[in-house]
Amino acid sequence: MKYLPHTSEELAEMLSVAGVKSLDDLYSDVPEAIRFRREYNLPEAMSEIEIRNYFDRLASLNDPLICFAGAGCYDHYAPSIVQSIIQRSEFLTCYTPYQAEISQGTLHYIFEFQSMMAEMTGMDISNASMYDGATATAEAAIMAMAAGKKCTKVLVSSTIDPRVRAVLETYAHFHGFGLETVGETNGQTDRNDLQARLNEGGVAGVIVQQPNYYGVIEDFSGMADICHNAKSLFIINSIIADLAVLKTPGEWGADIAVGDGQSLGIPMNFGGPGVGYMCCTEKLLRKMPGRIVGLTKDNREQRAFVLTLQAREQHIRRQKATSNICSNQSLMALYVTIYLSLMGKQGIKEAAELSYAGAHYLHDELVATGWFKPKFDAPFFNEFCLTYDGDVDALIEECADRGFLVGVKTDDSSILIAVTEQRTKQDIDNLVETIKSIREDAV
Amino acid sequence: MNNRLYGNLIFELSHPGRKGYSLPANQFGSFSTSQLPETLLRKKDAELPECDELTVVRHYTNLSHNNFGVNDGFYPLGSCTMKYNPVINEEIAARPEFTAIHPLQPEYTCEGSSAVAAELRRMLSEITGLADFTLNPMAGAHGELTGLMIIRSYHESRGDNARTKVIIPDSAHGTNPASAAVCGLEVVEVKSLADGTVDVDDLRRLVAENQGTIAAMMMTNPNTLGLFERSIPEIAELIHAEGGLMYYDGANLNPMLGACRPGDMGFDVMHINLHKTFSTPHGGGGPGSGPVGVRSGLEQFFPTVGAFNGNFGVYIKALVYILTIGRENIKMVGPLATLNANYIKERLKDVYELPIDSVCKHEFVFNGLKDKSTGVTTMDVAKRLLDYGYHAPTIYFPLLFHESLMIEPTENESKETIDGFIEVMRCIAEEAKEDPEMVKSAPHTTPIGRVDDVLAAKHPVVTYKQLISCADTNA
Amino acid sequence: MAKIEPGLYYSESHEYVRVEGNIGIIGISDYAQHALGNVVYVDMPETDDEITAGEDFGAVESVKAASDLIAPVSGTVVEVNEALEDQPELINQDAYGEGWIIKVELSDKSELDALMDGAAYEEHCNNE
Repeated sequence: MKYLPHTSEELAEMLSVAGVKSLDDLYSDVPEAIRFRREYNLPEAMSEIEIRNYFDRLASLNDPLICFAGAGCYDHYAPSIVQSIIQRSEFLTCYTPYQAEISQGTLHYIFEFQSMMAEMTGMDISNASMYDGATATAEAAIMAMAAGKKCTKVLVSSTIDPRVRAVLETYAHFHGFGLETVGETNGQTDRNDLQARLNEGGVAGVIVQQPNYYGVIEDFSGMADICHNAKSLFIINSIIADLAVLKTPGEWGADIAVGDGQSLGIPMNFGGPGVGYMCCTEKLLRKMPGRIVGLTKDNREQRAFVLTLQAREQHIRRQKATSNICSNQSLMALYVTIYLSLMGKQGIKEAAELSYAGAHYLHDELVATGWFKPKFDAPFFNEFCLTYDGDVDALIEECADRGFLVGVKTDDSSILIAVTEQRTKQDIDNLVETIKSIREDAV
Repeated sequence: MNNRLYGNLIFELSHPGRKGYSLPANQFGSFSTSQLPETLLRKKDAELPECDELTVVRHYTNLSHNNFGVNDGFYPLGSCTMKYNPVINEEIAARPEFTAIHPLQPEYTCEGSSAVAAELRRMLSEITGLADFTLNPMAGAHGELTGLMIIRSYHESRGDNARTKVIIPDSAHGTNPASAAVCGLEVVEVKSLADGTVDVDDLRRLVAENQGTIAAMMMTNPNTLGLFERSIPEIAELIHAEGGLMYYDGANLNPMLGACRPGDMGFDVMHINLHKTFSTPHGGGGPGSGPVGVRSGLEQFFPTVGAFNGNFGVYIKALVYILTIGRENIKMVGPLATLNANYIKERLKDVYELPIDSVCKHEFVFNGLKDKSTGVTTMDVAKRLLDYGYHAPTIYFPLLFHESLMIEPTENESKETIDGFIEVMRCIAEEAKEDPEMVKSAPHTTPIGRVDDVLAAKHPVVTYKQLISCADTNA
Repeated sequence: MAKIEPGLYYSESHEYVRVEGNIGIIGISDYAQHALGNVVYVDMPETDDEITAGEDFGAVESVKAASDLIAPVSGTVVEVNEALEDQPELINQDAYGEGWIIKVELSDKSELDALMDGAAYEEHCNNE
């Protein structure tokens, strides 16, 4: 077998050094009653040709569609360089950079990643990444609970992505803190309700999303003060690509900025891997979970980078840790870092403008058909929610049959649609024509 | 790092006006974000680098030269199972028919991706002797947390709300107690015997003392010393009789392939680190995948721990691996990894102190050099290994010994590779006697020398902006 | 060898209290700072916070360890050692002097009876 190099001569020699007669004897300490003695019910080994054939069949069961869906996962463009560099085995096959002397590659790009995330979010500092946007949000809630002594709950706006909310609910239930929903008006967080709930006291943090689940860009002016006056942390989950143009969590006065980096060109891949990010104010540095890379120097007086502030972490704090995360999404952080290095200061804005323009064009075209109406009267970026006067499920299926993923259903009469810079005017016109023909066929 | 240009941060290579991207022209007329209310727009651009494509390519290619991966050399990192990461796994995972699938597509348009997940779940169930898996957890620690949530939900479903404690051996990985704490559970530590295995008498006492409050016991088997917990049937019976469930930390699953299944040992819930046992790459710290398996009847308690379907792009690689090695070879994985570990142990135990001299599984722990008179520590040995082109073993874990040096070779390593490592380890033992200062100041050939951890932690500088501002202050 | 200053009160978790009138000056012992190694950060309460004997009031971190500070006595914090924010190494250099951590107004002096004197503490350290 190509992954198992031992020849029978070597086996014999090694067994004798190990002081046993057979491989089986290496397991003499395993009680016979629990030894596994039969064959595994698994397929026989496949050659590479057979592997490729096997996955040809599975791949043929997938229909890659021209994607107008978002809801937390976007079909953005990434330069070809990105994928080719992250496949370099020195990045791909190394471990967490504990041995700084032979891990400067990883440590160096994580420092760059942290710098870029802080720039994008307008926050002071960043960690080395989290699993995904949903768990990063849950970790932010736990962080707020740990920082806010005597607090009992976290508030979350009802305009947040329901999938992020579901993860928050799971963590809140098991970690043992309350999670209350702040209501919405016209697709935006209801300030009066927020103020009323803060007035009740005991709130460790308030979580909102930008743009929110419906694609609406919310105006958070003054909201940080409302939270801070109630001794509560203000936490914003953002679609990070949109922060190329939109006001940053830092500018809104957030204490913690979280979200997923997937919108920075990471392939959709059925939903993962993405990369969670978490940034915060300098004041909260030592309360932040996850890996952090810091600047230092070596014994030859050279600039160097190293994992730092590890005393916060689970392997030292054990049951006193406030997070159990002990890894990061390092390779995806590299992905995002190379993406942002190539796109740079101008490219991210240009991509954002294209997404914005395409989305607004499609929005207006769909509304012009008369079958769709804007669900909210509010500004949006590259994702928007429309009501549809027909069967939303049927629309999605009929479009899928014609090669389009038109969007994500949000309720029986509404659909959430996203446009990225990958969608050409032709794609969009084709989608609109397709919908028209579906309607005509139905008549 | 010795090359001035390539030691730079990407920000330091930036020149305003340079471009590393190309995008199509805007065909959509006059739509522009400038039409948004000003209060919604950022005032100042994100200060990202402006570089041409070749500069970016060279920068990251050169950074990669300062790393050391499994493809570069032997990686005997204990408890981490640094297997070879087959390239065919990467090829299949990168197929656009998989990468271009949105997680919320209609089910009938992504049956291929669903089938990948279903096949893998079935195979992991067979390999571990459990009923079903959820592939959603995104790392081993995430799996631990998910598994403990399942256990709590199980007790809650029975109205058994007093079960809030988890028994964990004092030798366990730090994530075990941390996961328990995050899950709102209280940790009760059970002692280890001198040989590092669970003290069953102490366990019996703890079980009696905490009657009615034990939610679970977490164990890894073999344990963190690489020793099989032979009392496992008795331990499982004790915990089950008390009403608790058994949680298997799959960090050390590799040596059990072909030998013994967690389900058969009596475990009810477990996680697998696919990036250890099933060959998916570690990627410098992730992304990983930590599927959680359960005994029949517990499937209904799988919680929502991620927005979508877990790290599909990672776990598809595990399926490729299982299909490649197949039924006839997977049973050799555990025994050959175990043989490699025992071979190294026997060939080095005359110069390194072996606190527990017995047959180990996939890994074992030395307590530093046998000759303590030289002052050369485990840290020094680890750093000296880097000079010889080897990754260091895991050091100072487990905490049971002061100078722990934990070695895990995988089944992928050939006898020549292992013999080469043994030779170098013996050579370092000699050097420690003849020139201890040279060993203590190692490494000498790496891009950088030993780093100042204290400086980094005392005055944290974690972004480029902070780096510039502290350079200004010092100037 | 770790220095043990006579005349102070010591806890099993290695905090000391220097009593000056109704004020208790709290820090960690020289033995504790040796065990921790280079201190890189001290997490301290704020003035006017109440601390309760036996409960955490902060933490001391070195590169490889973090140790909670357990209040040896109860009281109200009247001053925190702000010098530690920039120079946590003062704990290593002078644990009983410039490396003090907080000053508290003692709420119950009888709690001191439960602590060890220098000799008993030395014995305690030898047994660890």
